[in-house]
Amino acid sequence: MSDVIKQKENEYRYGFHTDISEDKPPKGLNEDTIRLISAKKKEPEWMLEWRLKAFRHWLQMQEPSWPNFEYGPIDYQDIYYYAAPKQKNESPASLSEVDEELVKTFDRLGIPLSEQKRLTGVAVDAVFDSISVGTTHQGELAKLGIIFCSMSEAVIHHPDLVKKYLGSVVPYTDNFYASLNSAVFSDGSFCYIPQGVRCPLELSTYFRINSENTGQFERTLIIAEDNSYVSYLEGCTAPIRDTNQLHAAVVELVALDNAEIKYSTVQNWYSGDKEGRGGIYNFVTKRGKCKGANSKISWTQVEAGSAITWKYPSVILQGDNSIGKFYSVALTNNHMIADTGTKMVHIGKNTKSTIVSKGISSDFAHNSYRGLVKIMPTADGARNFSQCDSMLVGNNCSANTFPYIEVENNTAVVEHEASTSKINAEQMFYLRSRGLDLEESISLIINGFCKDVFKELPLEFSVEAVKLLEMKLEGSIG
Amino acid sequence: MLKIKDLHAGIEGKEILKGINLNINAGEVHAIMGPNGSGKSTLSKVIAGHPQYEVTGGSIEYEVNFKKLNLLGMEPDLRAREGVFLAFQYPVEIPGVSSSVFLRAAFNAICRHQGAEEMDPIDFDKYLREKMKLLEMDENFIDRPVNVDFSGGEKKRNEIVQMAVLNPRLAVLDETDSGLDIDSMKIVAEGVNKLRRKDNAVLLITHYQRLLQFIQPDFVHILYDGKIVKSEGKELALEVESRGYDWLIK
Repeated sequence: MSDVIKQKENEYRYGFHTDISEDKPPKGLNEDTIRLISAKKKEPEWMLEWRLKAFRHWLQMQEPSWPNFEYGPIDYQDIYYYAAPKQKNESPASLSEVDEELVKTFDRLGIPLSEQKRLTGVAVDAVFDSISVGTTHQGELAKLGIIFCSMSEAVIHHPDLVKKYLGSVVPYTDNFYASLNSAVFSDGSFCYIPQGVRCPLELSTYFRINSENTGQFERTLIIAEDNSYVSYLEGCTAPIRDTNQLHAAVVELVALDNAEIKYSTVQNWYSGDKEGRGGIYNFVTKRGKCKGANSKISWTQVEAGSAITWKYPSVILQGDNSIGKFYSVALTNNHMIADTGTKMVHIGKNTKSTIVSKGISSDFAHNSYRGLVKIMPTADGARNFSQCDSMLVGNNCSANTFPYIEVENNTAVVEHEASTSKINAEQMFYLRSRGLDLEESISLIINGFCKDVFKELPLEFSVEAVKLLEMKLEGSIG
Repeated sequence: MLKIKDLHAGIEGKEILKGINLNINAGEVHAIMGPNGSGKSTLSKVIAGHPQYEVTGGSIEYEVNFKKLNLLGMEPDLRAREGVFLAFQYPVEIPGVSSSVFLRAAFNAICRHQGAEEMDPIDFDKYLREKMKLLEMDENFIDRPVNVDFSGGEKKRNEIVQMAVLNPRLAVLDETDSGLDIDSMKIVAEGVNKLRRKDNAVLLITHYQRLLQFIQPDFVHILYDGKIVKSEGKELALEVESRGYDWLIK
């Protein structure tokens, strides 16, 4: 390994590459690519048809040009759309049959898959490039009627549920990247929580991009039936590479009457080097539908990686009295760009939404909050509260807030607060003059700034998130 | 305890301290007075180790627990852990961080360094409340973010609460009296007096002699244009009060 890579790995400890032989059909995108992906996954005909419809629609679409950042052109013919590690046993029946190299990789990422070392209280679906390599705790969950498996398995074993809900929140016509995803999606997780069940474990998916020049197009679908509850976590990392890689995911959540879904993300894709070379383009569509009355969906995200993050986890508040929440910390350093926020669409009566967004920007990074609060004429008594705070570290970075508010019902109450502050030498000196070292001081300031978001994360995640932000900021403050 | 020798320091290339000499022994209270711009605050920040100030000459020797330390070679947090404390003229706000979390982290960092046992949150809560009572601070400040939405007087009093909690050997109070009404000043002075011991020392930096009515200094130094131009007993403060600074700086 070259010293340069070693040096970079000190800064990003997930930046290693797993040397494993792969099943990787040629680059390029056409109907044959899609047929091939579908065949690899042994999908039924209806799934292929849906993919092809999406693809034909996508061909008519233009790449969106409205963000306030620029990125190099993406050559969609120069990407691998499918890469799967070759395993001795092609479809391992249990986790003990999963290829050792893959188990080792996830061990190194802190996601032990083996029976003895598994994380307690968390069930994990581990996705490596285009396929899920294994899902833990499935047996335990099945006893409660909970389905937690890879999307590929769900298409085969639970076609009725997939047919009913796939594309019901994010249709294949939704936007350029969502359509692309609908055509070529590889793997992701499927969760189904039956009526009246409170899922006792945190469900989680760990996404790993390993293969070079490969796009990752994950697709996740979570359905919470009446009176059910689930908390879901998502983590992601990728090796260090000098070229950009595309990650275009779609996540759909459906909450029925009185159901609650908590969705948390700690996103730590490789973000490029100090000069801004390489890193992941993280162009993601995440949307939840509070379909039932009194349902609740909350998105909590810590966005600390990717060269460009471009996503707006949203909630459609259709059921009366439903509640949507969005808590976000987006940290950008070096030359990273984040354009993230949420959309809260109020349709039902007395629907409520809360938006808390914290952007931290340092070095030459750009960090934008972009959010829409839309109150439809039917949404009597709707309420929204938004708070968007930005923190700047140094003088070369920038922060923007773009709130869009559309109110079509005069009984609605919409509040928006925004602030921009600087982490400055005085603050650091104040804390250090009390005996706290550099790391402790940064940690306190960041913790304080992000407190309202971190407290929404499951405990182990919030500790990890704080460490991650500290590590990223250490080089920028001092 | 503290020996400052021929100290030269400045900011952004401009020399502000032009050869300061000052000796402070354990158990003493020294006051530094001087007109605006004479370098009083610069001196306090250089002692605490503010990174924006550049030391261009001289030395500061700090003796604590039978160790002689070269203060200028130490990071600000290390100085604090060796018992140096600065009460800020303009205390800084730390949004989202409660006083109890902040002060326990600082207290335990100092304990760790000095080989003492760290305090758990329950014991620390009790300890902190005692110190707040000493300064007549409302107990709800314990959970409020540090200095956020505090009045000017509350911020200054909070500095002395921190001093009481961290129990320094050398406390530098930078214009702690400015912005305080007479009642608050009495409370602050009483707090500082209660913290005086044989093994610690206080350096008071002030513009007026008002504070010195309540905290009796052993020595008063007049700082002018980056140099100490006169050092005497506490009566010098009164003389400055009646005659101003002009006669000292001709």
